[in-house]
Amino acid sequence: MVASVDRRAAPPLPVRPLARGDGLLLPTGSPVHRLPAQTKLAALPAFAACVVAVPAGSWWALATCAALLLAVVALCRLPVAVVARRMVVEAPVVVFALLLPLVATGPRVDVLGLELSRAGLLGGGTLLVKASLGVLAAVVLAATTSSRDLLAGLERLHLPRPMVAILTFAVRYSTVLVQESRRLQVALAVRGGGRRLRHLRAVAGCAGALFVRGYERGERVQRSMVVRGWTGAVPVLGSAPATARQWATAGSLPALALVVALVARSTA
Amino acid sequence: MSPAPGSGPAGPSAPSLRVEQLAFAYPDGRQVLFGVDLEVDGGERVALLGPNGAGKTTFVLHLVGVLGAVAGGAGAGRVVVGGVELSRRTLAEVRRRVGVVFQDPDDQLFMPTVGDDVAFGPANHGLSGPVLGERVDHALRLVGLHDAADRAPHHLSQGQRRRAALATVLVMEPDVLVLDEPTANLDPAGRRELTEVLQELPTTQLVVTHDLSFALQLCPRAVLLDEGRVVADGPTRELLSDTALLHAHRLELPFGLDPLAVPPPAVRRVPGPPA
Amino acid sequence: MHVPDGFLDLTTSVATAGVSAGAVGLALRRASPEVGAGPAMPGLVSAFVFAVQMVNFPVGAGTSGHLMGGALAAALVGPATAVVCLTVVLLVQALLFADGGLTALGTNVLLMAVVTVLVGHVVTRGAQRVLPRRPGSVVVAASLGGLLSVPAAAVVFVGLYAVGGAVPVDLGHLAAAMLGWHALIGVGEALITGAVVSSVLASRPDLVRAARSSRRRRLLVVGADGARTTVEAAPSHGDAGAHDEPRRPWVVALLVCLVVAGGVSLLASGSPDGLEHVAAAVGFDGAASASAVSSGPLADYAVAGVPGPLAVTVAGVAGVVVTALAGAGALRLVARRRAHG
Repeated sequence: MVASVDRRAAPPLPVRPLARGDGLLLPTGSPVHRLPAQTKLAALPAFAACVVAVPAGSWWALATCAALLLAVVALCRLPVAVVARRMVVEAPVVVFALLLPLVATGPRVDVLGLELSRAGLLGGGTLLVKASLGVLAAVVLAATTSSRDLLAGLERLHLPRPMVAILTFAVRYSTVLVQESRRLQVALAVRGGGRRLRHLRAVAGCAGALFVRGYERGERVQRSMVVRGWTGAVPVLGSAPATARQWATAGSLPALALVVALVARSTA
Repeated sequence: MSPAPGSGPAGPSAPSLRVEQLAFAYPDGRQVLFGVDLEVDGGERVALLGPNGAGKTTFVLHLVGVLGAVAGGAGAGRVVVGGVELSRRTLAEVRRRVGVVFQDPDDQLFMPTVGDDVAFGPANHGLSGPVLGERVDHALRLVGLHDAADRAPHHLSQGQRRRAALATVLVMEPDVLVLDEPTANLDPAGRRELTEVLQELPTTQLVVTHDLSFALQLCPRAVLLDEGRVVADGPTRELLSDTALLHAHRLELPFGLDPLAVPPPAVRRVPGPPA
Repeated sequence: MHVPDGFLDLTTSVATAGVSAGAVGLALRRASPEVGAGPAMPGLVSAFVFAVQMVNFPVGAGTSGHLMGGALAAALVGPATAVVCLTVVLLVQALLFADGGLTALGTNVLLMAVVTVLVGHVVTRGAQRVLPRRPGSVVVAASLGGLLSVPAAAVVFVGLYAVGGAVPVDLGHLAAAMLGWHALIGVGEALITGAVVSSVLASRPDLVRAARSSRRRRLLVVGADGARTTVEAAPSHGDAGAHDEPRRPWVVALLVCLVVAGGVSLLASGSPDGLEHVAAAVGFDGAASASAVSSGPLADYAVAGVPGPLAVTVAGVAGVVVTALAGAGALRLVARRRAHG
């Protein structure tokens, strides 16, 4: 007797979208995307440095810097939701910034019945803005530059070649090892383990296995390199140098921020 | 069919690959190869079959000097590729002539983009500039990944990764192509695509595989390796029909495969001097 | 513990960037055999650290902890390679994942790649000298390294905050809170480090660098007549380096602590101005300023008669020196007793 098959349509499974395009890159083809990586790698941290240099309490200066960066974000045409999601990494800083008014020293001021430190409120607010701008700058960097270009840019900026090479391999194999670690943890979880202290040994066993597998893979990768004629020279990625115009374009952001910071410091 | 470019001074009748009495023991004392003899002519496609632990991968590593006396291990015997004998002096040359595609493509795709990976080999041999670019382009076209040059390896499917790994080896225009378990983890479509690519290549091929139907489809000749020795060498159809032989060496035909039902492949001959 | 932009002032950030760059450069050179052998191994080790930092380890009381990995990396691949690999991980996190401020990279590298590795390594090595020469002692030693590496980083962080923190916080409270919290994290780190080292030791003991010197030195030889003699094991080439290894990390660790505590403060000219500015900006007029300042952080230092953050620096330097001397002395006493015993 053949069992009848339930032919009602099964409810559609929630489909998770595939991993974003090329890593963290959000390809929207904006002018910022087209700038060579080394210019962005120099400009965005420089911008963050100028923001950090703004003295605490200089709200107008911080607002101007924020406006500058948000203008860049708009220019990149980055989807707001994705950017917001990537800024979630900032959560612990928010917690700290919220705690500061409670724990900082200095004269207190009464806010909603709580005795909060004035300096703490000022400092906490400033920290929140500066940290957020820093995170946003880093998000812009990652969203407008492919990882390969980022690595080549670091090479251009004279980060020691062996370091860039190690970075290249680390970036390449991080996803592989993360996936392997997930597989190991899932295998543990389906057997009911991984949550209690007594499972620590098993979880650590997964981590140990991950190290050994990673190491052995490193040996195999090395072997593949040797077999393709590699004799020990540090692999170089190679990229085109940036034109003066591109440097100027990228440098405009930190330059403006520098002006703002200097004005803020001198009028402080 | 002319011999692959760069095969050196060897005449058209010399075998592309010749292995004589290859023996090897690991540092812990365990001997794995007990005198392997093999001759492969130019343009031939040979399947290397055998149970796990037979020494197939060890044998493959000998062909590129990663294991064996050349690498400082306890080995004996000779490996001759296109007339060039493998020695410490000729290591680089032999490695250019023998291209090995290992089992895990992730081990061979270690650069940020597929294009970088394919360029790695020729760049090590001194190529650069537009010549390098053309070679990379050509190799990617051969495997059907022409538009993947700028993609990161972990964004390719398993089948695409296998073909990309193949491209990284083909770009060096080897005389002999050695593939270690090329169909492992491939879905049927990926397997078909890979088979099509390999069938189009004129290069001599040595394919280590457990996939007996793949061996039957691709390779007219099969060599059975067990316990470090060659125990059988002949046309694949006949070898796979010998159930006693297969059984004796822990090989089994996949369900439903009848080797004799498959027509014998058209034999391609390397044009040699008139007999 | 990733420090964001704006936590520390610019001069401190730049100074720590300089110290970190120097330390990493030194590590690159010392790790040159591994680094020179190819980028594959250090790259894969870095990828491992990156992946293992995401693993949820159950550490008891229903909580899960994460591994920082400094002491673990030092035990597995040696301190020089560990510094390089952890720096690589921090670079990836800052540049690709916006985790850790772009300007705070120097600080983060100093805390999480240099201090944790050095302290972890020094403590592991020190513990190995004291513990019995058994293969299992490396697990205990590495755990101790993990235990102390985390609060050590917290101490350095407090020191940096004292010098260049953006907001005036009672340093005693901050130190207590940071140390307390990170001592707890250190316990988790100790458990996890020990467990992972133990796991690797079980399958591939040759991959645990710290276990190499616990190779047996004396072997038992039983003759045909049953007579037993003990012979010295022939030295392997790996041991030659192990002798001068323990000394250098001590020196480097001390130097780093001293430089951070002492040298950075010399550049902290911005800090007191910043604090004063904050005090002024919040609107103290002349009448209130006396009371405001006297209750502020500066008051504590003024009492000691030493200006500004210098008092903290002096105390910090003195603390480092005293602790180091005491620790070294104690270890030598125990080691000497063990050699005679």
